[in-house]
Amino acid sequence: MTARDLTKATADELSRTLAAGEASSVEVTQAHIDRIAAVDGAIHAFLHVDAEGALATAADIDKRRAAGEKLHGLAGVPIAVKDIVATIGLPTTCGSAILKGWIPPYDATITQRIKAAGLPILGKTNMDEFAMGSSTEHSAYGPTHNPWDTTRIPGGSGGGSAAAVAAFEAPLAIGTDTGGSIRQPGALTGTVGVKPTYGGVSRYGLVALASSLDQAGPVTRSVLDAALLHELIAGHDPMDSTSINEPTPDVVAAARRAEVKGLRVGVITELGGEGFQAGVRARFDEAVGLLTSAGAEVVEVSLPSLEYALAAYYLVMPSEASSNLARFDAMRYGIRVPPADNDDPSAEQVMASSRDAGFGDEVKRRIILGTYALSSGYYDAYYGSAQKVRTLLSRDFAAAFATVDVLVSPTSPTTAFPLGDKLDDPLSMYLQDVATIPANLVGIPGLSLPIGLADEDNLPVGLQFLAPAKADDRLYNAAAALEALLESKWGGLPLLAQAPELEVAR
Amino acid sequence: MSEPAKGISRTDVAHLAGLARIDLSDAELDHLASELPAILENVAIVQRAAGDDVEAMSHPLPVNNVFREDVEVPCLTPEEALAMAPASEQQRFLVPKILGEE
Repeated sequence: MTARDLTKATADELSRTLAAGEASSVEVTQAHIDRIAAVDGAIHAFLHVDAEGALATAADIDKRRAAGEKLHGLAGVPIAVKDIVATIGLPTTCGSAILKGWIPPYDATITQRIKAAGLPILGKTNMDEFAMGSSTEHSAYGPTHNPWDTTRIPGGSGGGSAAAVAAFEAPLAIGTDTGGSIRQPGALTGTVGVKPTYGGVSRYGLVALASSLDQAGPVTRSVLDAALLHELIAGHDPMDSTSINEPTPDVVAAARRAEVKGLRVGVITELGGEGFQAGVRARFDEAVGLLTSAGAEVVEVSLPSLEYALAAYYLVMPSEASSNLARFDAMRYGIRVPPADNDDPSAEQVMASSRDAGFGDEVKRRIILGTYALSSGYYDAYYGSAQKVRTLLSRDFAAAFATVDVLVSPTSPTTAFPLGDKLDDPLSMYLQDVATIPANLVGIPGLSLPIGLADEDNLPVGLQFLAPAKADDRLYNAAAALEALLESKWGGLPLLAQAPELEVAR
Repeated sequence: MSEPAKGISRTDVAHLAGLARIDLSDAELDHLASELPAILENVAIVQRAAGDDVEAMSHPLPVNNVFREDVEVPCLTPEEALAMAPASEQQRFLVPKILGEE
């Protein structure tokens, strides 16, 4: 393969290329570092690039492979990691000024697994501050741009990981998803993103946003690649008390099976009508038609409690976030900014001025909202009621999965919108998550698959599959089948083959 | 503070900022006080979703206390733990005075 082919290849293709000795990991890694240098000025997917570290890992893998060592299938295939995942030696800022320059003294479990398998880590990807946002515009280090149209947002909070993969800067990336931060950027950039079952992937070493909702997962350009990465990072971890102590479903076999004949597919009545862009609905209806033509049994399923899901999410998430972010107190890590008008401030005054200086607008908004929802006297009305909505939703999903194997909806109500469009309208920004948050509230897995371009703006549309908890394999089977049906329509190529060429800096 | 259904005043926001230990500027207080009522109005619909008979769900999957074996495992060295501290002295985090002058 030429250097250009190496960046266009899937992780599965690279894995086989490396195993066959047709390219070295150093060549593959260097090709991606060169691509980052060429396009990331315009995309800004990365907050930090570790060329030296990535090449050192690659050289080590090449040496071990040459020595005949049995390696992990993804050994030598480079990866990008969201900046909320702790990585020894690499800055981990969560897109926040309060953690500017922070280098963790420990690795997240995900990081340990990536390192143990020998994947060179290209760098850390941009994100909305502490994963709060749906556009990556709330990063303290500037927004990421959508590779399909650099005047538009790539989705969020994991816009950096999605854009890095969509712009061929990395074949694989790690994302985290609290309300859609893997899936919605996947939809908006024409990439595949998976939120595994809550507890399926260890949260140890992820900086916590909302502990009962957060889940890390794969960001890739194909369903099989997502399954390969899922398999690598999933599984029980004693360092995370919410980690599921059971074997992970065989997601790779499911992605290879790709058979929807007889599969019962439920179209969610409440997600896809009012508020959903015409081009999103059109591509979604076509994709459902393809599933039907391939032998799936498609029915409509109603989940009445979805009406309350967004409201419940915007109480649970800020409440948990306000509590989690209390740890940023300017005492043990993070920036310390004393008040300007006080030459002998107390710890508490330093704490308050540091948090004012270090947190951005959206983080402050959510901390105040969460503090309110948890206040004495309001707790039952807000946080308590929101927790009850989770129970209702959970019952709705249980009833739905009694009659269907998977549920489908559009991933996002719209395609990528222009940068700045919703920055002063938080409610409109929050609506971006309407289809993705239910999965987080009840802990079930979800996958977003690119299904085409909207007629009105030629921008990518995503379809979301949902499955019962611990049945992540169903997502991969159904999505891989739909992916194959769509790609045969697109001349055997992925949707990203239709993306405009990015200008290359020299 | 006012009743939950009636929203949130600028004074409320200032009080919450104090509880959250964020020294918000006047402009930030004005801005949040103008935004939060609409957000709260939207999220308040959860109050009519479920009656008293519905249990609250704090966690997607059942969670129990999880204990590990009581054995020594490696942990951070003092140097590692203090490496990113804003200030440290004698293997300890150095913090500003805890008590104000009263």
